[in-house]
Amino acid sequence: MLIHPLVVRITHWLNVLAVLIMITSGWQIYNASPLFGFSFPDSITLGGWLAGALQWHFAGLWLFVANGLVYVLYGIFSGHFRRKLLPISPAAVVRDIGQALRGHLAHEDLSVYNAAQRAAYVALIFFLCLLVATGLAIWKPVQLYWLASLMGDYEGARYLHFFAMSAVALIVLVHVVMVALVPRTFPTMITGRTRT
Amino acid sequence: MKSNIERTKELINVERRLFLRQGLSLGALTLLAGCELTDQESVQRVLMAMSGWNDRAQEWLFNPNRLAPEFPESRITKPFPFNGYYSEDEVRVIDGSSYKLELAGKIAEKKPWTLPELYALPQVSQVTRHICVEGWAAIGKWSGVRFSDFLQRVGADTTAKYVGFQCADDYYGSIDMATALHPQTQLSFRFADELLPPKYGYPMKLRVPTKLGFKNPKHISAIFVTNEYPGGYWEDKGYNWFSGS
Repeated sequence: MLIHPLVVRITHWLNVLAVLIMITSGWQIYNASPLFGFSFPDSITLGGWLAGALQWHFAGLWLFVANGLVYVLYGIFSGHFRRKLLPISPAAVVRDIGQALRGHLAHEDLSVYNAAQRAAYVALIFFLCLLVATGLAIWKPVQLYWLASLMGDYEGARYLHFFAMSAVALIVLVHVVMVALVPRTFPTMITGRTRT
Repeated sequence: MKSNIERTKELINVERRLFLRQGLSLGALTLLAGCELTDQESVQRVLMAMSGWNDRAQEWLFNPNRLAPEFPESRITKPFPFNGYYSEDEVRVIDGSSYKLELAGKIAEKKPWTLPELYALPQVSQVTRHICVEGWAAIGKWSGVRFSDFLQRVGADTTAKYVGFQCADDYYGSIDMATALHPQTQLSFRFADELLPPKYGYPMKLRVPTKLGFKNPKHISAIFVTNEYPGGYWEDKGYNWFSGS
């Protein structure tokens, strides 16, 4: 049974590569002028120094944005988002998160996302879009002043960019833990099918 | 904020100029997935090509009439941070009485300019935000001559591609002609209504509020107009050349 269409699988893995490039190079860029009282260890960053990290960040963004556009347009126009991610009821999200935390969340039919998954995937899409918007505001606070002014100007956009990155990192972490707990979900994102 | 020296590391020597104008685009990045990440040189080549692509994207995005935001004087950052490729105790002290600004390249009137001659030109002021490539930003007030007025006055060929700068502290840099002609691009002689102190670039700096801080050369000793890509101190080490805001 086909669970994940080919477009979703390809864009998923390209997004893994793109987000890894963007986050690890972003950490090195952050280190040049930290917003908070800490830096990221060089060993988990990409680029070696500021210029190298900026090169990775501004190359990776094209892959990230192009791939993200394909995914979002496909999701909207194929009905994929409507079928898989909607509806989301807040009560169901709370219930499913509670069950997941107690280790009771049923996960038999991989073709249907539970409410906690739906909420997490929609949140991830939202925060990745926010990263693009805040990133554009930081990159072009003059040419795109209207965008920057929506985000508390250049300085506000820097903080929002950091918080959106943190949200993405957290969601990805939970996602990877969940895949480790339900390992049969992993091959389906490669083959698209469940083994029966 | 780290000093730039701390971060300067040896980069693999790649001829940036060769790749700057090459039209590798999205395809180049998708190649990344296929090539060995340990193959430093080809990775560096792709990254440089993408940086060239980003130069063109920014040239396209640059609106010559879009002004950088100006701020009330109450928002000026005090003290305004010093930054350079050397530390503050190594700032060059330049003798203004013997100083002459040299002109070269595609400029009709190449007569050197003394400081009194430059100070006699019509002066303008701006309170704008300086954004460093490192991420921090600071607001300052600069006064001097509008750079496009100066270029016109000396008969610069404004159809040329680049304006380059040689500096008395051995820094060098270049900007695109469209940015050189932007109404807020300024040849600045004063900071916060005082003569530029040595640490901010005495006797003059180029103030470009539509570009990152390192595109604002200090201690300028020569200006030239050219169609040959002149590069820059940081650009030759890997920073993006256009670096517009």
